[in-house]
Amino acid sequence: MKIGLLHSLLRKDEKFLMDEFAKIKGVELVLIDDREITFNLGHDSFEVDVLVERCINHSRALHGLRLFEAAGIKCVNSYAVATICGDKLLTSVALSENHVAQPEIRVAFTEESAMKAIEEMGFPVVLKPAVGSWGRLLSKINDKDAAEAILEHKTVLGSYHHSIFYIQKYVEKKGKDIRSFVVGDKCIAAIYRNSSHWITNTARGGVATNCPVTEELNDISVRAAKAVGGGIVAIDVFETEEGLMVNEVNYTMEYKNSITTTGVNIPGKMVEYILQVAEGK
Amino acid sequence: MFAKLKNGVVNKMKFECPVCGAMVDLPEGTVIGELIECPDCGTELEVVSLDPPTVKEAPQEEEDWGE
Repeated sequence: MKIGLLHSLLRKDEKFLMDEFAKIKGVELVLIDDREITFNLGHDSFEVDVLVERCINHSRALHGLRLFEAAGIKCVNSYAVATICGDKLLTSVALSENHVAQPEIRVAFTEESAMKAIEEMGFPVVLKPAVGSWGRLLSKINDKDAAEAILEHKTVLGSYHHSIFYIQKYVEKKGKDIRSFVVGDKCIAAIYRNSSHWITNTARGGVATNCPVTEELNDISVRAAKAVGGGIVAIDVFETEEGLMVNEVNYTMEYKNSITTTGVNIPGKMVEYILQVAEGK
Repeated sequence: MFAKLKNGVVNKMKFECPVCGAMVDLPEGTVIGELIECPDCGTELEVVSLDPPTVKEAPQEEEDWGE
């Protein structure tokens, strides 16, 4: 069986996956560097049974997945999942349509209507670019003065995708949130991301500790994963007085700091799932 | 002094960090394209060749990098 691994730089996450594939007899891993590959539309023929997407660039992941699927290759995750998870607005719509709890979300297309929405929601709110990762360009807005400044800066200085105002009601996290890992139809592990800063991404300094996978956490994580199309995804979850709420869903999940923390062989579980997809199960 | 293993990976080979000049052991099992960190200066480096071991500074973070 041939497994294609679409990658850029090979980070520890990819190395762990490669090591797990190397343990499986009869599996050949084909490394496909997104900086070297070219596509010949309508003529591509890739000799792999499944493609695992591990790009660093969202744009390459998204378009690469569409091109591999056009050539008849099954992909983990699929283009559809990457499309939804790569856009916070589309993710929120999918969660809403599937009745998965999330913080209050408002969307506006102009500076003025965004201000009106923020005032209706009440401060503080978080303004996020619909497309973006690792906590970049998130703004916690505590009052009207800050809102006016941020909205004006986004309008004047931002690229066009900053003109879609995605506004989330701020959730008091008390120094931590949850990152849960879903593979197929199971939440296999979870961590708390602890930080004194309101942004808790580990890419921004959040420190990981183990989080027990309760029935409630498994339920909301799996429902969130299914809402975006399933596969291998990482869910960011808030603990609130009203229960768990989904913040975001990530489709090229990073887990290198969570294996030791959780004691779960996350890449091993990913490989099991990928092989099942390759076998058509 | 350099040992090349059967499966193409190398053992105990050294490269010079292009930023600080330190001579660094290439970790066992390293593959081309791998991201490694110079233990002396902390610079992130990409392995571009195994024989001879060669690295370059890893690309800077781009706007659409992430999960």
